[in-house]
Amino acid sequence: MSFFEAQQISISFGGLMALNGVSFEVNKGEVFSIIGPNGAGKTTIFNCINRYYDLDEGSFIFKDKDISKVRPHVVADLGISRTFQNIELFKNTTAIDNLLLGRHRHRRSNLFTEALFSPFVQRQEIDSREKAEEVIDFLDLQAYRDQMVAGLPFGVQKTVELGRALAMEPELLLLDEPSSGMNMEEIEDLAFWITDIKEELGITILMVEHNMRLVKEISDRVLALNFGVVLTQGDPKGVLGHPEVMQAYLGDEGVSITG
Amino acid sequence: MRFIMKRDYYQDIRLFKYRSTFFWYLALVIGCFLAPTVLDDYFISQLTFICMYSVATVGLMLLTGYTGQVSMGHAAFFGIGAFTSAILSSKGVPFVLALPAAGLLAGVVGIFIGLPALRLSGLYLAIATMGFGFIVEEILVRWESLTHGNMGMMVDPPSIGPLLFESETSYYYLTLVILTLTILAARNILRSPTGRAMIAIRDSEVAAQAMGISMAKYKTTAFAISAFFTGVAGSLYAHKLTFINPESFTIFVSIEFLAMIIVGGLGSIHGAVFGAAFIIFLPQLIIMTKDYMPKYLADQTGLDPVLYGLMIILFILFEPLGIYGRWRKTRFYFEMFPLYKKDTFRREKKYFKAERH
Repeated sequence: MSFFEAQQISISFGGLMALNGVSFEVNKGEVFSIIGPNGAGKTTIFNCINRYYDLDEGSFIFKDKDISKVRPHVVADLGISRTFQNIELFKNTTAIDNLLLGRHRHRRSNLFTEALFSPFVQRQEIDSREKAEEVIDFLDLQAYRDQMVAGLPFGVQKTVELGRALAMEPELLLLDEPSSGMNMEEIEDLAFWITDIKEELGITILMVEHNMRLVKEISDRVLALNFGVVLTQGDPKGVLGHPEVMQAYLGDEGVSITG
Repeated sequence: MRFIMKRDYYQDIRLFKYRSTFFWYLALVIGCFLAPTVLDDYFISQLTFICMYSVATVGLMLLTGYTGQVSMGHAAFFGIGAFTSAILSSKGVPFVLALPAAGLLAGVVGIFIGLPALRLSGLYLAIATMGFGFIVEEILVRWESLTHGNMGMMVDPPSIGPLLFESETSYYYLTLVILTLTILAARNILRSPTGRAMIAIRDSEVAAQAMGISMAKYKTTAFAISAFFTGVAGSLYAHKLTFINPESFTIFVSIEFLAMIIVGGLGSIHGAVFGAAFIIFLPQLIIMTKDYMPKYLADQTGLDPVLYGLMIILFILFEPLGIYGRWRKTRFYFEMFPLYKKDTFRREKKYFKAERH
């Protein structure tokens, strides 16, 4: 059995078929990228995995368990974390608090012990902070630890979001356009981090990305999507060079730009 | 500016970040306990009201300021707490049991009121909770066999064992202790996973769900905690006034609670207490300023409510962060003196706003 699998997933909004019988498999320990022009349905896949949308047909299988009917927060409890295309941080809190929120699924305390702030809760808080600090070290966020995220530069906010997803210690990490809005240096850092996440932390990555250089550099396999339909999937080179993919991005061969 | 050398993680989670903060709060608590020695009964009675309302506003602050759920029905929890305590006391149940029972019953009702919050937000939730407030008010009026309806109920001053809390001073100490415990509990919850989950829901529901935070669980929890504290405050209110009737728990009380937390400063426990103090002292303040007004103005009928409303409008207009925001700015000014920059607290204009996820 594969690690994560989408089986013939379909969803439509009114008359628009956003996803039409999309299937793919993600193996443990790989970076799997989804590419496609705007409106191809890439982010919709993520939103379906996270259960923000209900699938019309098909299902997602994560470690032999069907997760297409569970409640939204259960997806995270099972070990799937994600980042968002347009930042969805907890804006009025500090960076460290955002990371600590990533630790939520590991909590063992209840309301009553928390109200008393019992030694158990204290121990748990300290453990959470240790884990959050590990992530801060990993992503070089030391300078921003106690700052409100609303005031941080865009690239840093994206990094905090990545950190928050990592603090969850997920098994599968969904990255929704991690490089959008970042500058060249930040994208370079990102490429290293993603490789490290895969190799050192052993986290499987499913990524939606527009930066083809990044996709080519770090993906193990790529899936190309257009108008909710899979064009092709396979190794990065083959997919990016595929004639249908070229056509989806650049239009028909006959069209000349000079005209 | 103060810097602390952090050597272990416990320094991050303790209640007081700096030693000096601890001493200031200690001084405050001691000051509060010594207050009856210098103030007369009238002021002590006002302080009692501030403490008691603060218990309720801390509860509402957790819900509205921290979880982002507006409630216009908190007078109902206040009323449920007051009547539960009154009825239990009249049946001979001791105060030490009646007080938590009042909170618990309000909390249980809070869970049910939290359910619509799963589907509603913002103004719609405000209206739904307002409707709930009306229903409870009506029940309190109609269920005469239990609540005596509009006739109201007499409530005895509370006693714990041999201690009888009848005098202003003793009752003040009682409410002060309960307020301190309430604030401690609220602070503890806020620095634990539950509190963070509540803040997460306020800032982004989608992201909160992606963190594994259950909307159903935490929204109802927030309502329950909030209702619990408000119910406890209701119980204190009943025993303080020694007479209650359903008219004391109308929509106006709910709005007053909201005004307290907004004027105090949303999203801070300080704000909840400051707001309660401000709104309770405001009428006194207006009466005091009347002495300095020209006579034709001071004798004007309806002056008090107009000034009352005007003060609240001015506050919201010029200090959206509330009294606590003003407090922070003032403190910052002295900490940074003479380097204070006015722009430090200016709100950044956001050109980037996430519309989808």
